[in-house]
Amino acid sequence: MAFHLFTYAAPQRFYPLAGRLVPWFWALAVAFTVAGLYVGFFVAPTDFQQGQSYRIIFIHVPAAWMSMFLYLIMAAWAALGWIYGTRLSSLMARSIAPTGAMFAFIALWTGALWGKPTWGTWWVWDARLTSELILLFLYLGYIMLVAAIEDPVRADKAGALLAVVGAVNVPVIYFSVRWWNTLHQGASVSMNGDSKMASTMLLAMLLMAIASWCYAIATILTRVRAQIVVREGHTQWVRELMGNKEL
Amino acid sequence: MQWTNASEFFAMGGYGVYVWGAYGVTFITLCLEVVVLRASTRRATKKVVLTQTGGSR
Repeated sequence: MAFHLFTYAAPQRFYPLAGRLVPWFWALAVAFTVAGLYVGFFVAPTDFQQGQSYRIIFIHVPAAWMSMFLYLIMAAWAALGWIYGTRLSSLMARSIAPTGAMFAFIALWTGALWGKPTWGTWWVWDARLTSELILLFLYLGYIMLVAAIEDPVRADKAGALLAVVGAVNVPVIYFSVRWWNTLHQGASVSMNGDSKMASTMLLAMLLMAIASWCYAIATILTRVRAQIVVREGHTQWVRELMGNKEL
Repeated sequence: MQWTNASEFFAMGGYGVYVWGAYGVTFITLCLEVVVLRASTRRATKKVVLTQTGGSR
């Protein structure tokens, strides 16, 4: 049986695939969250300087990572949809935006609650915080822009422009602590060296990061299914599918 | 394990407001996202069913 690389580029084929994947990712999200929070609260020790307040890290860092990764992925899908005119690519971008915005908000909120006891302030206009706030505005701007334009194809294209141009902000967030003399601490986790963090803390953080990915995939796939129903609502296969559903 | 009892756990060494404020709002936000997602899925389904039964082309 021939398998074509772009088999699932068709909304009609992707829809049931996404439907089958969603429950698995929910299960993984719950499992990794339980594991991560267990390690984070019952195994990881107290921080020498920050006491228990550092435990916010187990949400703050994964949320910040997700907000940045998801934005790049959203921009990539939007660009693909724009270049190749593939509807599903643009629907993926639209589906990522709300989840990405949520993670950006959580990163900012948990950061503020961590900053108050440790820095003495809820907010400061430092390089990383400001660029993360801009990321939130970019997400919200994308959502509002595609919602505001009547014609869906034009909306997709306009959104793609905003998404791609805004993508420059993500490296700014990442390198901000290196480029500027700024309050937010520098990198404690590195891909090629030793992490400057206790291994149990790092483990909990990584478990929560995986949990965040699974949650994001589950919600994004669910949302893209709804988007497919709306965008392809005029087609025979969607009508047949919905005809079998109760209101 | 550093928590000898539940009240110690909730106090979080004096930082309870910050830690649980962070975790609490996160949990609420996640629930909100799921709720809104369910509602918009329902709305999308309804719209297709209605246009279908309305016989529009």
